[in-house]
Amino acid sequence: MKTILLSMLVLGVLGGLFGALLAFASKIFHVEVDPKQAAVREVLAGANCGGCGYPGCDGYAAAVAKGEAPCNKCVAGGAAVAEKVSEIMGVSADAADKMVAFVPCSGCEGVAEKRFNYTGPIDCQAAMLFGGKSNKLCTFACIGLGNCERACQFDAMHVINGIAHVDRSKCVGCGACVDTCPKNIVQLIPESLRIHPACSSHDKGGVVMKVCTAGCIGCMKCQRECPAGAIVVKDALAEVDPEKCIGCGKCAEVCPRHIITDFTA
Amino acid sequence: MLSNIIQISLGAILINNFIFSQFLGCCPFLGCSNKVDTAVGMGLAVVFVMGLASAICWVINEYILVALHLEFLQTLAFILVIAALVQFVEMFLKKMVPSLYSALGIFLPLITTNCAVLGVVLLNVQNNYNFIESLVYGITGGIGFLLAIVLFASVRERVEFAEYPECFRGFSICLVSAALVALAFMGFSGMAIPV
Repeated sequence: MKTILLSMLVLGVLGGLFGALLAFASKIFHVEVDPKQAAVREVLAGANCGGCGYPGCDGYAAAVAKGEAPCNKCVAGGAAVAEKVSEIMGVSADAADKMVAFVPCSGCEGVAEKRFNYTGPIDCQAAMLFGGKSNKLCTFACIGLGNCERACQFDAMHVINGIAHVDRSKCVGCGACVDTCPKNIVQLIPESLRIHPACSSHDKGGVVMKVCTAGCIGCMKCQRECPAGAIVVKDALAEVDPEKCIGCGKCAEVCPRHIITDFTA
Repeated sequence: MLSNIIQISLGAILINNFIFSQFLGCCPFLGCSNKVDTAVGMGLAVVFVMGLASAICWVINEYILVALHLEFLQTLAFILVIAALVQFVEMFLKKMVPSLYSALGIFLPLITTNCAVLGVVLLNVQNNYNFIESLVYGITGGIGFLLAIVLFASVRERVEFAEYPECFRGFSICLVSAALVALAFMGFSGMAIPV
């Protein structure tokens, strides 16, 4: 009986002592936290999954409170959490256009000419070591060894037939693929944008003709056809201005190389 | 005394490495070894907490539990100490060294559930170490953990680029390579330092 009482007493006192010490320490070592950060942390899913790209929910909440991170990055929480977070931050959830990744390259197997038959490590960065170029003759082409596929946490990026493709239903627009692409060709584009040229080559038409049967040759047909003046050939490459594009799709019809991607099709 | 300490240190770092021969602390070992940077952060945090926990637990064991003949409470009391200690260290770092706090991030609270920390304080009692020996065992045990996790993280970084069968992708290849690194450490087993 005495032992039981004594052990209860000892553990109780120890626990109480540590509790008091921690309570005291939390007062001394108190760090001012943005009340918004605490509020944001409160509504997050709390899974600490890292899907947002920050170290844990606390890290993401801090970034949101500072205005460094968008409100819709909590993957585990989804749209419901994004709405609550944006309510706290005082911005409307749909204010920001949803962005999705896009790989502007059409140089799949048999379309883009190969420089050599690459058999090294399955890694775009490794393939780039050969003179800062890659296995494809076009210096702007997607290497297709899947660094973006591995960087994607949402299974939205897949290398199909030698080039990376984005699954728009899964892409959350986190930009991990954009950061990882050694060719710097992956872009984030607004999901609402209907069309985008699937080529990144700034080479002149003649050069493109030699290395790829699908590259943009800068023929200006799309520029002439566009009623809104949204598509312009700059540096031998067609570019779309998302602000001006009305999504009529006429450029896609006239393109002789058939590389202007129509996302509605 | 000195030879004793050297023996304890070498034992904790190489011969009886916590991860590879005692299989303690395997969860952070597998979880935080994706990159060498994070592995170093985790390892250093463990060294710190293990050393501190050894010292405090020795005092509590010697002057409270043994004095009152309550040795059976060791596990409970030590868990209490470690949990409180990690919380305290976290608060302290947040206020005093914010850069280190943000570098360690989520790893710091994770140490609470690291069985190697509880293992080291219980082994201190089992081996009848005195205060200095306990402290040395705690710190060198942490260094052994640091060594193991950094070595393994470097291996994993290289495995990323290797070509292995598809079915091994992910944690399978990670466990296979962990086993091979552990086998290498078995080379140290059975070694003894003459006192």
